[in-house]
Amino acid sequence: MSSDPAADLVIDVAGITKRFGDKTVVNAIDLQVRRGEIYGFLGPNGSGKTTFIRMLCGLLTPDAGSGTCIGCDVRTQQAEIKRNVGYMTQRFSYYEDLTIRENLDFICRIYDVPDRAAAVRRSLERLGLEKRSHQLAGQLSGGWKQRLALAACLIHSPRLLLLDEPTAGVDPKARRDFWDEIHGLAADGLTVLITTHYMDEAERCDRLAYIAYGNLLARGTLDEVIARAGLSTWTVAGPDLRGLAAALRGRPGVEQVVAFGNTLHVSGRDAANLRAAIDAVRDPRHEWAQAEPGLEDVFISMMDEAKDNFR
Amino acid sequence: MHRFTFHRFWAIVLKEFIQMKRDRVTFGMMVGIPLMQLMLFGFAINSDPKHLPTAIRAADQGPFTRSFVEALRQSDYFKLVRETDSEAEAARLLQLGEVQFVINIPPDFSRRLLRGERPTVLIEADATDPAASGPALAAARSLAAGILDRDLTGPLARLRSRAGPVDFEIHAHYNPENITQYNVVPGLMGVVLTMTMVVITALAITRERERGTMENLLATPVRPFEVMAGKILPYIAVGYIQVTLILLAARLIFDVPMVGNLVLIYAVALVFIAANLAMGITFSTLAQNQLQAVQMAFFFFLPSILLSGFMFPFRGMPEWAQWIGACLPNTHFLRIVRGILLKGSGVSDILPELWPLLLFLAVAMTVGVKRYRQTLD
Repeated sequence: MSSDPAADLVIDVAGITKRFGDKTVVNAIDLQVRRGEIYGFLGPNGSGKTTFIRMLCGLLTPDAGSGTCIGCDVRTQQAEIKRNVGYMTQRFSYYEDLTIRENLDFICRIYDVPDRAAAVRRSLERLGLEKRSHQLAGQLSGGWKQRLALAACLIHSPRLLLLDEPTAGVDPKARRDFWDEIHGLAADGLTVLITTHYMDEAERCDRLAYIAYGNLLARGTLDEVIARAGLSTWTVAGPDLRGLAAALRGRPGVEQVVAFGNTLHVSGRDAANLRAAIDAVRDPRHEWAQAEPGLEDVFISMMDEAKDNFR
Repeated sequence: MHRFTFHRFWAIVLKEFIQMKRDRVTFGMMVGIPLMQLMLFGFAINSDPKHLPTAIRAADQGPFTRSFVEALRQSDYFKLVRETDSEAEAARLLQLGEVQFVINIPPDFSRRLLRGERPTVLIEADATDPAASGPALAAARSLAAGILDRDLTGPLARLRSRAGPVDFEIHAHYNPENITQYNVVPGLMGVVLTMTMVVITALAITRERERGTMENLLATPVRPFEVMAGKILPYIAVGYIQVTLILLAARLIFDVPMVGNLVLIYAVALVFIAANLAMGITFSTLAQNQLQAVQMAFFFFLPSILLSGFMFPFRGMPEWAQWIGACLPNTHFLRIVRGILLKGSGVSDILPELWPLLLFLAVAMTVGVKRYRQTLD
């Protein structure tokens, strides 16, 4: 490990901006990702996550901003970046009319991987697909396609892995296996930037960034993000929660009222106002307790705020 | 660093070959289309139609009439299917299209002939399709001169037609018997290649975009020119299969003369195939999906078949149409192929037609590469 912290930054970009027509899709985003880190990238649909990743891997040129990805300039050294980054697209983008082996072989040739046959064999072994290597990729289930895609974007030993919603539509068991794999790779020193909508996945990242409408709203470790949001959350249990929820909504200080099974989660950024609102509807039959806000509460709160500010 | 590298180019080539192998329907079409076109155009189309249905309305039954009718029949252009005495029925036959011609022999035909009055025989033609009636009418005109010479013997010999003041001697070079296939079958090579090659690459790239594989391809270090060249090479092989099929059929089935050098044909075909493939790639960068790509290819195909001189004589077209035709690679390729096969043209003879092909290839390839670069930004 280098003692110089700057040399350890695999992604180091500032002010990255992309416009399509008069719409600013990514607005002046700064991001630093350290070597061996699993960095979670979250945000609602259409928030600019994919566009940002495409600028990191050399598919798009930023309209403004600058920086480096694996030490190469994101504006001018896109060819180098492409050679050393593994990018897994949101949609399965390998050839369905090629077999698993042919797909891996194709990628090896494109990247000029040394000792191609051995590389393909290793990759198949790791996937556990040696016996099915002659099956067409199009016949695989969603989970297997995702594993194949991961294997294919690792085959040229990239230094950075960019994963765009890799677990969308994959069952929980396959998701867990996938994350175990990601953690194993990160332990070997690979840097991973991953976008997701799942909160449990966000919690498995070393650090997080939250982006909405092209703006980066929060970043840091899980605890930092939650703490900085300054959100107070109360839980309440008891009879007629639906009536209570209706009574709470719209009161000053109450930003979210969300039902979780037999409890309601009530949150707001202004702790004093929230307290006042709760006192106003308090009923002895209800059991109130202050709780740690969840990541989801924090993100939804940020999204609502972003909607007011940027839309 | 940004140079063309063989391993990436070769990766694309191999992938395209595998995909082609898996896509049996498309591959079958690549071979099936030339065969079908050969059968249709080679056997079915004839620009010198003979044995056309003809009705006779003979108001005179003398021996001269019989000889006259017999001579018409001998010409092979007219096939006598009806005899009638009624003018109304003759008109109806023509109207219904049951006959192409009605030949009216006047009642006093023999008498006026013997008197030396040059009787008039009226030929009514259904001339809706000039190509169908034209050659037969031309033959009838030339028949009129000497048609009865054999019957005009003895004292009647003075009635024989006299030669005009000038004689024409006509040498019809390269295709003296006016056999349509000699013109059509070599021309088909350009038509088949235009039809299939433009579509195949237009689809090859829009398919990548539609299936989402394009994003992955763009995220790899592969260069636009490597993708284009890698997608072109396998289809050049397919194009060569088509050229070979057509040449074999021309030789074995249609007996088309092959005076020139076949190696030269293959060399020029390489340029022509590449030009069409590059055109297809350019279309694919403009099209949003496979359907649009096919529609664009069709827009290119129509003038290539109609204005290139394949279907209709090039010099018969108005000047603006000739200009459009001159911009199409098929126009030049047709002339080269017909030149090599029928006239035995050599390299120096085809140069005036070869440079437009090379220019077209260069322009299409440049536009294709330029536009391909911009696909994500």
